[in-house]
Amino acid sequence: MSIILGVLEEGLVYAIMALGVYITYKILDFPDLSVDGTFPLGGAITVTLILAGMNPAATLFIAFAVGALAGCITGFIHVKLKVRDLLSGIIVMTALYSVNLRIAGKSNVPFFNNDSIFENSFMNRLLPGKLADISVVIILAVIVVIVKILLDQYLKTRSGYLLRAVGDNETLVTSLAKDKGMVKIIGLAIANGLAALAGSVYCQQKGFFEISMGTGTIVIGLANVIIGTKLFKRFGFVKSTTAVIIGSIIYKACVSFAIYLGMEASDLKLITSVLFLAILVISNGREKKVKQHA
Amino acid sequence: MLELQNINKYYNQGTVNEMCLFQNFHLTIKDQQFVSVVGSNGSGKTSLLNIICGSIPLDSGSILVGGADITNMPEFKRQRRIGRVYQNPAMGTCPNMTILENMALADTKGKPFNLLPGTNKQRISYYKEQLRFLGLGLEDKLHVKVGVLSGGQRQAMALLMSTMTPIEFLILDEHTAALDPKTAENIMELTDRIVKEKHLTTIMVTHNLRYAVEYGNRLLMMHQGNAIIDTEGDEKSSMDVEHILEKFNEISIECGN
Repeated sequence: MSIILGVLEEGLVYAIMALGVYITYKILDFPDLSVDGTFPLGGAITVTLILAGMNPAATLFIAFAVGALAGCITGFIHVKLKVRDLLSGIIVMTALYSVNLRIAGKSNVPFFNNDSIFENSFMNRLLPGKLADISVVIILAVIVVIVKILLDQYLKTRSGYLLRAVGDNETLVTSLAKDKGMVKIIGLAIANGLAALAGSVYCQQKGFFEISMGTGTIVIGLANVIIGTKLFKRFGFVKSTTAVIIGSIIYKACVSFAIYLGMEASDLKLITSVLFLAILVISNGREKKVKQHA
Repeated sequence: MLELQNINKYYNQGTVNEMCLFQNFHLTIKDQQFVSVVGSNGSGKTSLLNIICGSIPLDSGSILVGGADITNMPEFKRQRRIGRVYQNPAMGTCPNMTILENMALADTKGKPFNLLPGTNKQRISYYKEQLRFLGLGLEDKLHVKVGVLSGGQRQAMALLMSTMTPIEFLILDEHTAALDPKTAENIMELTDRIVKEKHLTTIMVTHNLRYAVEYGNRLLMMHQGNAIIDTEGDEKSSMDVEHILEKFNEISIECGN
């Protein structure tokens, strides 16, 4: 039971970030590595603000806003300074490592004794007794569903249409008399805002900030997106955003299963990468087969 | 009125491959003129369109629309008054969005892309009516992704989308070249109908000499960055394909190919 809860908890936290990666990777076709920096950025902001006495829920919004700002910087470097997409992300990711250390003050900051969105008097009253065990999952599920619905709704607006168009056919966006660069910047802002939000939630759940928590975020995000979208490609009725969330949970389950089979916790990043590679190879192989049959 | 003045455009400037395309090139296109542009490969037809649209920078010269200088206006801002259809049918539509979403996108051109609903439900009947005008049955496939449509269907949609909102100029860049003869004919007729209905100033680059002769009221033949034929009105009406072909052969012999 505790393993399942653990999978759901981490899967849901990373699902928030994966929804951001879905925007950059699937919609914008932009391999954005800056999430490796914006995920811990959200965490660093959150611990600092909570230790300063701010309401834990309010830190979520601030983390999103600061993450979005970092995304704008990646976009600015790519669009205005004309640096390649991959490099823009690497530059911001690397710079954020130092920024995160500055914000948090040191590389490991615990705050177990402070309130978080999971541990506060209001939540303890709302979800007492038996429910307390699954309260974390419930709260996470609520956050993920809200983010998903907001994102779904956004993609149906005029601005959302333009975002989808820029990944689909840049020329058309120019034909619509819109600056495609600005649209990309907006997309990167939302994606990195979501990554920072996920980082904020992650820290509040763990009760500490750790500078290396962002390493490999992009790999997890891509794995979640690719598992979700490949798995549910055939089911037209499953929205891509839902598929990404389920993909996140499945991926986390696979990683947990590998550890359960006897791998060490320190092998986590190795497992993360190898599993991601396996997913890429399997999904490539499937595509080829389909083409041969066609 | 569209005016190109003293246009100079070099490619690979400063290298051994330097090539001068336009040297002190002038062109004036009056409102509601429909100009067909023909010429061999590399004669500057597409570059001419790209210069007008702002897709490629000029070395010197100026571009005026209705007397106002737009030489330094970025490409996307110019597109506000321009509709452009490309040779490649995929360029004018979004393949992963549905027909309805594509129509709604095109309909929002010139309006703010804000947080209002992307598709205005009240406009759906208008979109259907516009699609019915194409005669391809697309009005019954509103929720089909454009990516599964044929090249001809996509090009028809691209034409419709580029002319949906009020524009002044229609730029057609070999827009029938990738289509089969029958579809090309349909698209050409559709083009003519839209141009006449909306009173658009049109510049059409084509390799099809018959279209160049049949459609439009002015004909340009480009060669090495110059307009070696420029006729309009009655003089243009009296032109035939043989005459143009003759001129074409002449310049080809000059070039030695």
